[in-house]
Amino acid sequence: MTSAEKYVLAAYLVFLAAVLAYLVIIALKVGRLEQELADLARLARERRGG
Amino acid sequence: MSSPNRVAAAALATAAAGLLVGGIALAIFWAPEDADQGFSQKIFYIHVPVALTAYAFFGFGAWKALRLLSTRDSRYDLESYTAVHMGVIFGLLTLVTGSIWAKTSWGQWWSWGERQLVLFLVVFLFYSAYFMLRYSTDPGPRRERNSAVFALFGVALIPVSFLAVRIAGTILHPTVFTHDDGVAMPWEMFLAFCICLGGVLALAATFYRVELAGKRIDASLKELREQLA
Repeated sequence: MTSAEKYVLAAYLVFLAAVLAYLVIIALKVGRLEQELADLARLARERRGG
Repeated sequence: MSSPNRVAAAALATAAAGLLVGGIALAIFWAPEDADQGFSQKIFYIHVPVALTAYAFFGFGAWKALRLLSTRDSRYDLESYTAVHMGVIFGLLTLVTGSIWAKTSWGQWWSWGERQLVLFLVVFLFYSAYFMLRYSTDPGPRRERNSAVFALFGVALIPVSFLAVRIAGTILHPTVFTHDDGVAMPWEMFLAFCICLGGVLALAATFYRVELAGKRIDASLKELREQLA
């Protein structure tokens, strides 16, 4: 692999890594929102029951 | 995210994947090598679409900020904030891919003598400061107005940054789209570039929709929590 090919590969990998990192962040955020929603639903049930 | 929004996001994500895979394949294996820069010019197909997407998001954020200031409707605040957020992400990617291209083409990671680079860095840092301003004030109409005014001021830097390469007139950062005799590249290169640009824009639009939906859900949950507390 030539030097130019290595740099081109690096640039495209940076782009790919950013996309993957964003997907991981979004997945973590969805997990957090699901947890918060479950907590609030439990709290609302407790309020209604008690 | 409502059902039509989910369908739109899925369609955008599919279009982004198809266009990016196709565009990058065309750029690497089909488009001719640049006579001057050789294979390293292939970075152009990802660097320029990412940079144009960053500009588009900063402009979109300013438009939403203008809508907020004219209507006082709070939903534009979240839309403007999300657009600036996306613009900064794509701006950072522009700087990183541009530096890699600079290293292989010019032999150095950065050139302070290049007005295009320095002005893009100024735009990026300006919009990075948006978050410091936003989170230094409490949520409410005052924060929304301050953030909107800041986003609007920043948009004035975009045409300056965009035109800097033409004003500078150097050969280090070439002009390829606005020559007197049309686009200064073979049609194969231009087609591959347009497909990559479409792919990056579709990807960015997908991220924007998902991010905005996430922020809206976050705000709704916060409101619900306060009501239940």
